[in-house]
Amino acid sequence: MLKLIGSRLLQMLLIMGVISFILFAIFDSDKFKKQIAVNELGGFAVSALSEQDYQAWLEKKGLNVPFYQRYLNWVAGVAQGDFGKSFEKNEPVADLLATRLVHTGLLALWVFALMIPLSLLFGVVAGMKEGSPQDRLTSFISVLTTSLPEIATAIILTVIFALGLRWLPPNAAMVNGWDWRALVLPVLTLVLYDFGYVARMTRASMAEVMNSQYIRTAILKGLPYRRVILRHALRNALIAPFTIIVLQMNWLLSGVVVVEVFFQYAGFGKLLLDAALFGDIYVIQAATLVAVFVAVASQIISDVGYTFLNPRIRFA
Amino acid sequence: MTETPIVEAATATDRTPVLECRNLCVSYFTRAGEAPAVVDFNLKLMPGEAHGIVGESGCGKSTVALAIMNYMGRNGAIVGGEILFQGRDMRTMTQEELRRIRGSKIAMVYQEPMASLNPSMRIAEQLAEVPLYHEGVSQREALARAESMLEQVRLPDPKRIMNSYPHQISGGQQQRVVIAMALLSNPSLLLLDEPTTALDVTVEAGIVELIKEVAAKFGTSLIYISHNLGLILETCSRLTVMYSGEAVETGAIHDVFDNMRHPYTRGLFGSIPVPGANKNARPLAAIRGQLPLPYARPKGCFFGPRCDYFVEGRCDQPPLMMHEVAPGSSHATRCVRFAEIDWSAAKASVAERQPVQRGQVVLRVEDLSKHYIIESGAAALIGARRTVKANEKISFRAHEAETVAIVGESGCGKSTFAKVLMGLEPASAGKVQLGEIELANLPVQRRDKHTISRLQMVFQNPFDTLNPSHTIGGQIGRVIRKFGVESDPKKVQDRVDQLLDIVKLPRDFAKRLPRQLSGGQKQRVGIARAFAGNPDMVIADEPVSALDVSVQAAVTGLLMDIQREHRTTLLFISHDLSVVRYLADRIIVMYLGQIMERGTTEEIFSPPYHPYTEALLSAVPIADASVRKRKIVVAGEIPSPTKPPPGCPFQTRCHYMIKGVCDVTPPPLREFGADHVIACHLEKDALEKMEPVITAGTAA
Ligand code: SF4
Ligand code: SF4
Repeated sequence: MLKLIGSRLLQMLLIMGVISFILFAIFDSDKFKKQIAVNELGGFAVSALSEQDYQAWLEKKGLNVPFYQRYLNWVAGVAQGDFGKSFEKNEPVADLLATRLVHTGLLALWVFALMIPLSLLFGVVAGMKEGSPQDRLTSFISVLTTSLPEIATAIILTVIFALGLRWLPPNAAMVNGWDWRALVLPVLTLVLYDFGYVARMTRASMAEVMNSQYIRTAILKGLPYRRVILRHALRNALIAPFTIIVLQMNWLLSGVVVVEVFFQYAGFGKLLLDAALFGDIYVIQAATLVAVFVAVASQIISDVGYTFLNPRIRFA
Repeated sequence: MTETPIVEAATATDRTPVLECRNLCVSYFTRAGEAPAVVDFNLKLMPGEAHGIVGESGCGKSTVALAIMNYMGRNGAIVGGEILFQGRDMRTMTQEELRRIRGSKIAMVYQEPMASLNPSMRIAEQLAEVPLYHEGVSQREALARAESMLEQVRLPDPKRIMNSYPHQISGGQQQRVVIAMALLSNPSLLLLDEPTTALDVTVEAGIVELIKEVAAKFGTSLIYISHNLGLILETCSRLTVMYSGEAVETGAIHDVFDNMRHPYTRGLFGSIPVPGANKNARPLAAIRGQLPLPYARPKGCFFGPRCDYFVEGRCDQPPLMMHEVAPGSSHATRCVRFAEIDWSAAKASVAERQPVQRGQVVLRVEDLSKHYIIESGAAALIGARRTVKANEKISFRAHEAETVAIVGESGCGKSTFAKVLMGLEPASAGKVQLGEIELANLPVQRRDKHTISRLQMVFQNPFDTLNPSHTIGGQIGRVIRKFGVESDPKKVQDRVDQLLDIVKLPRDFAKRLPRQLSGGQKQRVGIARAFAGNPDMVIADEPVSALDVSVQAAVTGLLMDIQREHRTTLLFISHDLSVVRYLADRIIVMYLGQIMERGTTEEIFSPPYHPYTEALLSAVPIADASVRKRKIVVAGEIPSPTKPPPGCPFQTRCHYMIKGVCDVTPPPLREFGADHVIACHLEKDALEKMEPVITAGTAA
């Protein structure tokens, strides 16, 4: 187990190194640097940028040192918690990232808090009796909500609740400070989308367990139905959804770009998009590291959880 | 087999039957409509009685058990008749009443012990549940009872088992746990649905012994469902033979075994290899035709199209009722003509065949070993490796036109040996010579077409080896072209037809897809494919063990016929000693990767025996009431091949074991006769003094 975690972490460091190096190399090309300079100096086009201004800009930003040296400096910085400074916003990347991560984290927390119980409940109830009305209903809802793209759900919800009923603000830019109400629509959009997926997986897993021979044994042992479901079926049925849910962390981190941008919510996904459009190399680098970290961490959690839930693997 | 039926005494009449099925009908409802699974089933089970239900797959025997439990899934339902449990109709019971009966008054043991136990719960909890929910005892009391029950089913170290998860114990132990679970609340009725089919034969013998013992001790009534007539004979006092959803014959064991009165029962017995059967003098007779599908059953007698005694106007007039064989007797048959058929006449028997003379040596195996190295978990970290000796120093020869059988239970290495021969795995040491070619280290990719076509294989599961999207003719044709037997399309077609003739399939089967064929037909295609390149030698790895007995007889007969015609050498790999006795000329008995005994069929089945052979022979159930068997106890279970015991591999279970010798040094080879070898520390005269295990006595 420890060995597994160790190797996963090692893998993670390796991926981080390779990706950051590649990104660095790409952004180090003159073309990119000039583009950034233009963006920042407020010029009109790359062609209008004088060589002199460009060199001065490089000098100012500390970009005139050779590539590898800059990379090593950056790595050394990261090791001490210094991620560099954003070109666009002129703020330390670490601070910027921290606030944005908190925002996205809040969003994800709410999504999880609603989606997990809902989809597990629906999935389990549907899977308990294949082909029953509740099963059909769940299948219908989950296919419907997952087949709608997030952007469509977002538009529909906005039209109904913000523009039509005027219950909620149409965006989550929160220019006048933090507003919980603004969070409702983005959370709802994501929950709707993800719910269907997890519920369907849970249903499939529960249905399989309910058809298994050990459930037949449990029923024919004369156990009360509640005991059969709660003690015999649930634990085995939740193994598969558990891994899937943990892997949703990954999706919530980067997959929310559309939603964050649509609702103007200052989260991690939006930061990443802005940075990519601007060419804000240090922000991109740091964001990538975070993304890799979350991906590997969720993988580790799901592996560990899986072995814990499944004695066949734990004692193999 | 002199046991008399336990009940049937005068006192039986004034007791209520434990279970009574009256005209029970069960159907499954599918999109295609209603499919009757059990039709007009009757059964009366008195306290303490053991009743067997036999039949081939699809005959509805398991449905009967589930119907008794009132558990038929979403699309099954009892559509007629009654099931009375201790006088009360179970169909009128509420869910709660049913729940109280299930697991406490009626308990069940299933075919697959591993799948029947919850993989994520400890054994202790799964057992303790029974008294907890049925009798409301305290947790402590429940656990204590569970542990003592484990002791009663003779599991070693019950404490450890209690704390284990199901996958941590062996298959035989799992089945003992399931039996313990069933017995915990002292049920009046125990349903056993093929309880030993998934187990090795020496383990099976132990479980059967246990079932008999506990049934006698607790006075439990049994319903024993099996496809194996031999097992029914060993366990039950009465039986019902089922065919296509109907009971066709029922009665006391000895009435049915010795005076069967239904052509299907007779056909079934005719296709089982009992000790008297002989592939030349008394070949087995298969039942022609196939089991009808549930929604395509013939009018009148379901067995009609396959029956030699069929007469129009009578056999096809429904309804067919059960007839008492003699007035007032409990022996009944569903055949309308039972009184006219001359049952003493020798069965319309299969023609006697000439024995084949064996020819030159075709295959020479010398000191062949196959070791696997496994690195696992923590062992890999510290660099420790374990070697699995899947095959250790295997030596034997096989001649032209001869059938050599390799028998053994799981983990004995027989399948590994086949893989090495086929070139799917390299040998670790030793020689394998097919004619002049050395095969031991010639992987199949490096074998030329000719060598490959000389050595072919028939697999256990014909379903897995046929490509589902190609026609039968296309698949056989491909093999013909690949081996360069023919290349001209017309000639290939002719050869395909010829091969279909050989395996006795209609020629227009060439245009069919595998899914349109039954299991037995697929196995014939597998055989046709193996013989497409005119092989010198065919390895048949459990070719009939996935098939029903009546089909088995047809497939083994076919193999024998082709062999006779083409003088092919057959290497027959099997766990089934009855089949092996029937068709092998020479037998190799393996245990944990090593040859324990080697000799002609005659030599293997009579003393001197290797202690393992002796145990194996005693464990095989025989469906012949006149045969007597000497009981030999084999303790415990087959050790894991990854941790074989030192010295003699059989020492952990052998009751002749000599301390300090058998568990230290590997046994020497004792030679009797020309090619009869026994690997054992026992002295030659001790081995020679053994009594025969199976004796064909007079009818009991
Ligand atoms: S009823 Fe007729 S067809 Fe059926 S088994 Fe008897 S003789 Fe054969
Ligand atoms: S060598 Fe010893 S343990 Fe092995 S079979 Fe012979 S007597 Fe039994």
